Amino acid sequence: MSEPLLVVDDLHVTFQIRGGRALRAVDGVSFAVRAGETVGIVGESGSGKSVTALAILGLLPSRGVTTSGSILLNGQQLLGASEHDMQDVRGRRAAMVFQDPMTSLNPVLTVGRQLTETITRHLGVKREAARDRAAELLDRVGIPEPRQRLKNYPHQLSGGMRQRVMIAIALASDPALIIADEPTTALDVTIQAQVLELLREVVRESNTALVMITHDLGVIAGICESVNVMYSGRIVESNERHHLFASPRHHYTRGLLASVPRLDGAQGRLVPIPGSPSDVIAWSDGCAFAPRCPAASDACRGQAPELVISPEGGTLRCVQPAPLGMPVWSGR
Amino acid sequence: MLQVRNLQVHFPIKKGLVFDRTIGAVRAVDGVDLTIPRSTTLGLVGESGCGKSTVGKAILRLVPLTAGTVTFDNLELSALQNEEMRKARRHVQMIFQDPYASLNPRQNVESIITEPIRTHQLRTGAAVHQRVNELLDSVGLPRGAAGRYPHEFSGGQRQRIGIARALAAEPDLIIADEPVSALDVSIQAQVINLLADLQEQLGLTYLLISHDLAVVRHISDTVAVMYLGAVVETAPAEALYTNPRHPYTLALLSAVPVPDPVVEDSRHRMVLQGDLPSPSNPPSGCRFHTRCVYAQNRCEQDRPVLRELAPGHQVACHFAEEIAVSISATRDGDVVL
Repeated sequence: MSEPLLVVDDLHVTFQIRGGRALRAVDGVSFAVRAGETVGIVGESGSGKSVTALAILGLLPSRGVTTSGSILLNGQQLLGASEHDMQDVRGRRAAMVFQDPMTSLNPVLTVGRQLTETITRHLGVKREAARDRAAELLDRVGIPEPRQRLKNYPHQLSGGMRQRVMIAIALASDPALIIADEPTTALDVTIQAQVLELLREVVRESNTALVMITHDLGVIAGICESVNVMYSGRIVESNERHHLFASPRHHYTRGLLASVPRLDGAQGRLVPIPGSPSDVIAWSDGCAFAPRCPAASDACRGQAPELVISPEGGTLRCVQPAPLGMPVWSGR
Repeated sequence: MLQVRNLQVHFPIKKGLVFDRTIGAVRAVDGVDLTIPRSTTLGLVGESGCGKSTVGKAILRLVPLTAGTVTFDNLELSALQNEEMRKARRHVQMIFQDPYASLNPRQNVESIITEPIRTHQLRTGAAVHQRVNELLDSVGLPRGAAGRYPHEFSGGQRQRIGIARALAAEPDLIIADEPVSALDVSIQAQVINLLADLQEQLGLTYLLISHDLAVVRHISDTVAVMYLGAVVETAPAEALYTNPRHPYTLALLSAVPVPDPVVEDSRHRMVLQGDLPSPSNPPSGCRFHTRCVYAQNRCEQDRPVLRELAPGHQVACHFAEEIAVSISATRDGDVVL
């Protein structure tokens, strides 16, 4: 197996909030991604998945935010790198696709201008050549009549088209790493299917490493080779996708799977996770999921469980995990 | 029982500052028929812009109807005068998508819930307070919630407040427009279960409007699929999901991700090309023909009407039978799931 392209090791991101308190949004996250591999990060609102993405690309504000740990992209340390160096990393070697294509495109510039800006900045080519390259990119992401579309403003495009433009901008300098933060959440299902297909194609053809951040377990199941489940700033379980879905061991992973209705069959009454994602205790006081966990006992409080590598593969942060080989759903 | 016949809602497109000239219309809803028997749930699904929310609003007369009738228990809602309609709304209540925007931040929970009770004069004096406690119990909120304000609650709890407000009017029909879409995955199931329990206890009839086909399958008895202002297929839930007949339904179902890698790897995907056409300038003939892989010449001219293929299973497609044959010939068994 090849060397990982991106290695995130023990990443911490802490926000200083009013009254001198600190919020640990990301609390010791580690994972690695190889070229041509798709790694998923799944979690609910507030789990720290988006902050992890922003930290990797150095997009967090500098004031009131402290980061520690290590983020290596092809051996280069990104954490603490200068803004000048990061500008070179972003766009050229790593790119990001955001959730909402309406707010992440500039409404007063044409699509062509936004694309050529990226191309001239990172590839150092002349404007004419940049326009050709821009049209090529739009064509590649499946936009019909790319030359005409270059003259359009974002509001003239549909949601799915805008997301394709975002992906085209991300692809402009052929980055080795793409981070996609809920790239299909704002889209309709048929358009979501188109965009996911496009991302699969990019990974296959360009051997790009893709980090897919989403709350949708269905999207994860279809596109990611390995999955990290985050809860309250920490990874609670990670595994290769077939193992994770066939035999989830953390009670949060199991709870998530049991609470979503499935399209391919009625599974009787849904089993919700009680409480809400805000019912957490600090990791320093025990397992953050304990207040909502059906299997919580005294052992779960007082001391946070460590993330351990299980002999069967994957990692797990739970003192009383579900036994191996217990799927949440029994057959179809 | 709710009956909707040939419902049409067209929004005029106007131009000019002094003289409003109408230069066209957005045909948001263009001839929809729905029937919901008492104490059952009809799931209305479709993508954004297909007109599903407008159908919900039109039933409550929150938007003006262009044509068609809406009848609820022998009462023709579409023919009522404003004051009569206001009274009739006691029987038909709505639950909205966004629990952050649909509650007044300056009203406390008790005031939010008692508003329908007072408006429709359902209780007086101490009985009002008693009723608020009952409603809080039935949606699973603590009684202490009554004195608190919406910002003190999480999204799921706010949706429960919205449901309590809808129940306060003692309705027979509830129109739920994307009731769980704004909630976290782990919370969605709580609200879905609550809606199912309330239906069982109170015999409620639901019109569930959603883009989420998995949620709709889970709680609907009947499902209607909308595309560009019209219903293209309607069937009992089980039949629609196991034996979809309209090519749009097929594409829609095949596009929904299933949280199971084994299923995801083995599915046949039918990825639609292009985007939804504009409802102000809908395609001629069958509105789906521009994106349909089975489209033929006839589809560009003739607009197909709903026709019954099996008891309760109606499809608006000229070639539904031929498509079913061609699918079963090329693939073995399970088509889309």
